[in-house]
Amino acid sequence: MELASLKNKWSLLMNKEHTEKHRNNSTFWVIVQKEFSDYISSWRIIILLAIILLTCVGSLYTAVTTIQDAIDANESAEEIGRSSYLFLQLFTTSDGTLPSFITFVGFLGPLLGIALGFDAINSERNKGTLSRLMAQPIPRDYVINGKFVAALLLSSLLFFTLGLLVMSMGMLILGIPPTLEEFFRIVFFLISCIVYIAFWLNLSILFSVIFRQAATSALSSIAVWLFFSVFYTMIINLIAKPLLNNDSITTVEQAVGRQEFVLNLLRLSPNYLFSEATTTLLSPTVRSLGPLTMEQTVGAVASPLPLSQSLLLIWPQLTGMIAATMICFVIAYILFMRQEIRAN
Amino acid sequence: MTTPIIQLDKLTKKYEEQLAVNNLSLSIHKGEIFGLLGPNGAGKTTTILMMLGLSEPTSGNITVCGINPTRNPIAVKKKVGYLPDDVGFYQHMTGLENLLYTAQLNGIPLDEAKKRAHHLLQKVDLLDATDKKTGKYSRGMRQRLGLADVLMKKPEVIILDEPTLGIDPEGVRDFLKLIRELNEEEQMTVLLSSHHLHQVQQICDRVGIFVNGELLAAGDMESLAKQLFVEDTFVIEIKAQPIHKELIERLQTIPNVNKVETVPSGIEIYCKEDVSAAISRAIIESGASLYQLQKKNFGLDEIYHRYFEGGNPDGIGLTKK
Repeated sequence: MELASLKNKWSLLMNKEHTEKHRNNSTFWVIVQKEFSDYISSWRIIILLAIILLTCVGSLYTAVTTIQDAIDANESAEEIGRSSYLFLQLFTTSDGTLPSFITFVGFLGPLLGIALGFDAINSERNKGTLSRLMAQPIPRDYVINGKFVAALLLSSLLFFTLGLLVMSMGMLILGIPPTLEEFFRIVFFLISCIVYIAFWLNLSILFSVIFRQAATSALSSIAVWLFFSVFYTMIINLIAKPLLNNDSITTVEQAVGRQEFVLNLLRLSPNYLFSEATTTLLSPTVRSLGPLTMEQTVGAVASPLPLSQSLLLIWPQLTGMIAATMICFVIAYILFMRQEIRAN
Repeated sequence: MTTPIIQLDKLTKKYEEQLAVNNLSLSIHKGEIFGLLGPNGAGKTTTILMMLGLSEPTSGNITVCGINPTRNPIAVKKKVGYLPDDVGFYQHMTGLENLLYTAQLNGIPLDEAKKRAHHLLQKVDLLDATDKKTGKYSRGMRQRLGLADVLMKKPEVIILDEPTLGIDPEGVRDFLKLIRELNEEEQMTVLLSSHHLHQVQQICDRVGIFVNGELLAAGDMESLAKQLFVEDTFVIEIKAQPIHKELIERLQTIPNVNKVETVPSGIEIYCKEDVSAAISRAIIESGASLYQLQKKNFGLDEIYHRYFEGGNPDGIGLTKK
């Protein structure tokens, strides 16, 4: 009897806890839902999505025509398609008039991330909605987490749609189905795109927490992006020139060491990590990301790497990107949690 | 008396070197309208944020509805509605959508929320603007929508931070009437901060005067006047004919009268207590005829001037005692 009543009480308690948890969970998704619908109804995101869609269609078109020309010029087209991962080339080749899909994504992805995040917190603050939102019975971090999840959801959705669209178009026009390995390579490519966008998203969310003006945070995010995409490689080249000068190098070890040093400097840039990761994924013939000596290549079979080996090769790049993303988010999160709520 | 619904105990908040709130103790009872009166930057908003658990006190204790908001802010925020001073809404959403979003955040089912939103929009007289984007609302409309927004969760206590700022006089009157109605109909406790003394005077049961992070005085209008003006609590203005020396001397002998002054319009008598009965008797007995006897109440205006606008901020500390 005693036990039964105890059990009853327990289940009641559990039930209560459950509904409480459920309620909390649903309020989180309410925020995500609202943010998501805000994004897809805002002009700046619509315009950006249109640009991305157009450029992707353009690059797909050039890729398809180049590949088709190559096939037409060759007799055993089917065979070429199989052996040279023709399907993946949809994403990487271009005829020179338009950049390839992969270049476009590397260029526009960060812009999308920045556009999604640069006014996440400060616009709420400036419009006076933050204090109203904070007066509701929700944990404070729901606001920043909800915005992040909504933006991530949007970019994942967009990139998987784009990726699948390119695949299906390729299949329709070229008439070559992708192999399972090619399919998974593309999936991993899309995932690394999303991680890359998430980095820029979090960076811009961080700036939106720090700066009160949306324009300031947008400009600083774009400045960081410009720095890494244009100036960083220039600076590294400047450093590399005297370092890699033939006259100053005496041994092979020294040459390799210096080469690697320069490479590692380059790898501090998320852009470089992203391009390494994606080229390795989409070009299975890439066997190594660092310098190789003749000794090392002796005896190696010059064949494409299987997917698992390619993944292994870019594992550090992927984890590096994820880590950078997390660091930005954690800083933004802590700053936001400590910030005063008052409007001005 | 019941236990207070809001209890602040030696609350202190420091921002780096600056004391925003200093040793504030205050209790507000269920069902009353309490006005927190003070100039800008007195620490009113800081106090309110601490009551909601949005800011942590440096020291001291707060209890709101029996809950400590510093430890358990979400439980407090379920019961307390807060209208920030410059309330904003999502401008691309309509008034109704904004209210429904708040309802969803409070876990209110959609059909119930819709009913409640309509009811509240009617109450704040915004039914015409239900489907209008809030970006097109005027300041007064935003403030009223803010009130409806606060009421969506059926709060026990509502905290309004400068609710009448920037609304036209007519709008202020309606707004204050609405607050009064809510207080009377639903026994809602209202805490209102303002630097507009007339508005506070109109609707508040009790008022706390708050300057430089310190509560100088609290109580209803009359006891406030007593606390603040140790002498000359009442001024009685009389018009009588004829006024002669004898009468003035006689008036001066009435107990509790401090000073009798002849002014062009008649006589002003400063006294500690309301002695108008004794005064009228004295006048009649002296053979003069009394035309008018008027008590000049000390409104908050006087208090306000004396405390906030006296010119030298150091005087504040001195006048208190």
